[in-house]
Amino acid sequence: MAQVTLTNVKKIYAGGVEAVKGVSFDIPDGGFCVLVGPSGCGKSTLLRMVAGLETISAGEVSIGNRVVNQIGPAERDIAMVFQNYALYPHMSVYDNMAYGLRNLGTPKDEIDKRVKEAARILAIEALLDRRPKQLSGGQRQRVAMGRAIVRKPQVFLFDEPLSNLDAKLRVQMRVEIKKLQRSLGVTAIYVTHDQVEAMTLSDKLVVMNGGQVEQIGLPAEVYKKPASKFVATFIGSPPMNILPGTIDGPGIVALGDAILEARDVRQDLPAQSPVEVGLRPEDVEIASEGAAGSLPFDVEFIEELGATQLFHGQLAGLPFVMQAATDEISAHPGRIWITVDPDRVHVFDVKTGARLGRG
Amino acid sequence: MVEDRRLGDAIAYIILSIGVVIVAFPVWLTFVASTWDAATIINGKLPLYPGPYLLENYNRVLFIGTSGTTREPVLGMMLNSFIMAMAIALGKIFISVLSAYAIVYYRFPFRMAAFWIIFITLMLPVEVRIFPTFKIVSDLRMLDTYQGLALPLIASATGTLLFRQFFMTIPDELLEASRIDAAGPFRFFKDTVIPLSITTIAALFVIQFIYGWNQYLWPLLVTTKDSMQTIVIAIKKMIVTSDALTEWQLAMATAMLAMLPPVFVVIAMQRLFVKGLVETEK
Ligand SMILES: Nc1ncnc2c1ncn2[C@@H]1O[C@H](COP(=O)(O)OP(=O)(O)OP(=O)(O)O)[C@@H](O)[C@H]1O
Ligand SMILES: [Mg+2]
Repeated sequence: MAQVTLTNVKKIYAGGVEAVKGVSFDIPDGGFCVLVGPSGCGKSTLLRMVAGLETISAGEVSIGNRVVNQIGPAERDIAMVFQNYALYPHMSVYDNMAYGLRNLGTPKDEIDKRVKEAARILAIEALLDRRPKQLSGGQRQRVAMGRAIVRKPQVFLFDEPLSNLDAKLRVQMRVEIKKLQRSLGVTAIYVTHDQVEAMTLSDKLVVMNGGQVEQIGLPAEVYKKPASKFVATFIGSPPMNILPGTIDGPGIVALGDAILEARDVRQDLPAQSPVEVGLRPEDVEIASEGAAGSLPFDVEFIEELGATQLFHGQLAGLPFVMQAATDEISAHPGRIWITVDPDRVHVFDVKTGARLGRG
Repeated sequence: MVEDRRLGDAIAYIILSIGVVIVAFPVWLTFVASTWDAATIINGKLPLYPGPYLLENYNRVLFIGTSGTTREPVLGMMLNSFIMAMAIALGKIFISVLSAYAIVYYRFPFRMAAFWIIFITLMLPVEVRIFPTFKIVSDLRMLDTYQGLALPLIASATGTLLFRQFFMTIPDELLEASRIDAAGPFRFFKDTVIPLSITTIAALFVIQFIYGWNQYLWPLLVTTKDSMQTIVIAIKKMIVTSDALTEWQLAMATAMLAMLPPVFVVIAMQRLFVKGLVETEK
């Protein structure tokens, strides 16, 4: 078990592409860190630098207080689960799991013990003699996990391990991975672009964009106080509504004609300065018609999601979405009045997209 | 529809049967000729069924040899051909697997230059470079040796190309998983690349064995001793220009014998061979 520290890590590929532009963070021993971000933002590249599969152009990666920049992947004491599993097609499930240990010269009975143990944990004991080809996607996923477990590594590295599974299995495996990581107490780094996975698995969430870190924090923190407009719209589903507004006084923003109170906003902003206001669809509440501080929302159509409904329409002439529990309000197009808890109004800088919070 | 289908099938069968007869008839005739005596063949009334001299003829070619032309028994020549064909097939596989592995998995200076140089040798088969090659082999005193027979034919790019194309289809993640699993370049080669290439290797083996077995021009040049002759040369020698002197029954028996090893190789490798050409197990 070990902590992982990244210090100003950069990656410049041979062609000159700067895939990672200086990333620093650390993961405590036994922590579960999720790297999330849009496609091409450098998540895999960063993970592969920790694994030792990609050279580190600048900066430092250390695992358990040992700088590993110049150390090969096998000696870093890590195990990786690949998106396509990368099982050896010509080896049985047993051999797939045992291969790494054999190469390390582990005694036979020890290998056997560990493989059987891993197979028991993952409920794949009956599959040990099969080839990967003879397994379902979910079973292959388990074997790939097994191959990582038997190594008893310091760090687990996952690169979108669930993206080849169907939705239901993905949820199930997600829970299993979390349980497994908890019970083994192994530090984990997990790459995904699925924000539900990111929120549920992590105890440290790293949101990346364009090779840079946008925000690091607990998942709840990232959700409640997104550090930038990018994070605000990336985390949360459906995404946060962003509306142009102006500062109307300390803690007051104006959206067109409507006035909205915002508690977490810098007090020193000059009046009339333009800002962007973020409102999460699920934070929107229904108000009685014309109530103080309420905004008129013209509903155009409604999407049924089962437990909740999505109301699409126009707010102050701009597209807007709100989410409400089914049957909370009558699902008809037309004008309704809404309010938002002043604690849940997010304000961002127009130019930089940075959060204009109190501090 | 059903009627049409039957008719179509019938036509297909008829055409295929005609094809089989056209291909098989000369082979049958060769076999029949190898079971009669010289007199029957010479007077031009060869029957279409086997005669009584089968054992005698085959015994004679295999263990005694023809009376004039080849002097040595054919069994020794078959052995020569076999050694040459095996050496060519195995040697080619060996060097082409290694060179393709180097080209695909190692980053060294002039890698692509090396690849193109290997590629260019495709345009230079033995027949084209026969004089310089002969000079080198003779300078190295390899005339009338198995090395002399096989080495110049081993050097060629077909195998390297085939394996290069195949290796490039092996997913990179397998290499990465191997690196994490503490398998160095040699282990990755031995434990992953070779097992995955086994069908390709089998396919190349069949092709190269037959290529080696059928060599004529090169063995003719580098062998002078009777004991180093190959079976293909023997057949040619047995068929003397003046027809009357040719011991046709023996020449035909030798031809039959020359056909057997390639047939056995194809049958033995057939399953792997077909698999190697049409699918890859990944
Ligand atoms: N071998 C390479 N050579 C050059 N550029 C590369 C290489 N691998 C990746 N890149 C570039 O680096 C950037 C980051 O790639 P990376 O694979 O890390 O993205 P990612 O965040 O994992 O995306 P995804 O979610 O699609 O997997 C991309 O712009 C990509 O084009
Ligand atoms: Mg990726």
